[in-house]
Amino acid sequence: MGIFKKLRLNVSSLIKKIFRKGTTRIGIYGPPNAGKTTLANRILRDWTDEEETFGDTSHIPHETRRAMRKNGVVINSNGGMVELDIVDTPGLATKIDFHDFMKHGLKEEEAKQRAKEATEGVIEAIKWLDDLDGVLLVMDSTEDPFTQVNVVVIGNMEARNLPLLVVANKTDLVSSAPQRIATAFPQHPMVAISALEGENLDELYEAIAERFG
Amino acid sequence: MKKDVQLDLISYDRLSEMTSMEKVRLILDRVQDGSIVILERGLTPEEEATLIEYTMTEIADDFPGIEIESYPSEGRKSWLGKLLGKGIVHQPRLTIIGPANELKTVSKERDFISAVISMEDK
Repeated sequence: MGIFKKLRLNVSSLIKKIFRKGTTRIGIYGPPNAGKTTLANRILRDWTDEEETFGDTSHIPHETRRAMRKNGVVINSNGGMVELDIVDTPGLATKIDFHDFMKHGLKEEEAKQRAKEATEGVIEAIKWLDDLDGVLLVMDSTEDPFTQVNVVVIGNMEARNLPLLVVANKTDLVSSAPQRIATAFPQHPMVAISALEGENLDELYEAIAERFG
Repeated sequence: MKKDVQLDLISYDRLSEMTSMEKVRLILDRVQDGSIVILERGLTPEEEATLIEYTMTEIADDFPGIEIESYPSEGRKSWLGKLLGKGIVHQPRLTIIGPANELKTVSKERDFISAVISMEDK
């Protein structure tokens, strides 16, 4: 490591210590069905004694339609420690068509209600961007990573100069290709995991402690 | 039966004179009228977030939202920005926006976007 880089890290660490807030507030963001709530629940199970979870998960998109916050989640990993307030946000989308929910078996009235709540959830997720110290951006590693939603979240965090960690989820699926995500957004660190199966979470927690600590 | 598709190509000069809210309103109004809007240079990440937010407030049975595609923007950090710990300044790039039920992205890569426009007779 070069002398200037070392110096910069030392200064940055000193500044962090002097101005340290009690906790770092991070948001879990991503498109619908990327596995955000599955990951949020997994973090709670691994690092707290709480029985209560962030919420239910479902294969129907927009299951999470209200942001949920859990405070004081302490993650210790490989010598690093961070205390987090975690906000699980509703899936971000540019379109919400109630017909899509009907394809999942919902009746028209239920589908319309879900669509209405989902639009409110998207607005809530966008509003939360102003009140965060960092973001875990969860992507489905079986899907195309170049969605505008991902680009918008990354752009907003970069413009605010806030840390971001990309999580390539669903590595348990055969069509998972996390390398596509790493290639698409090379400027940000990425960890490939399966939140459902608990794969590679040690590496994720280490990255969280390092990135947000 | 043939149906026309209106394309509105908006220059950077025109857009740069507008406030963020004016840009969002212009885009949403045109897209809701059924136009496909092409911006010579797109919106900043903050403006795109505002566009998504306002789109959500206008979703209805006959307007499911928007499809928006652009190349990843090029971020630059000035030496003053680095010194002051400011964030990256994004240079918006060509952007296409249309009604989600008419404009569909076929594939998107870092440097190539393929989309189709399909309109149903009402």
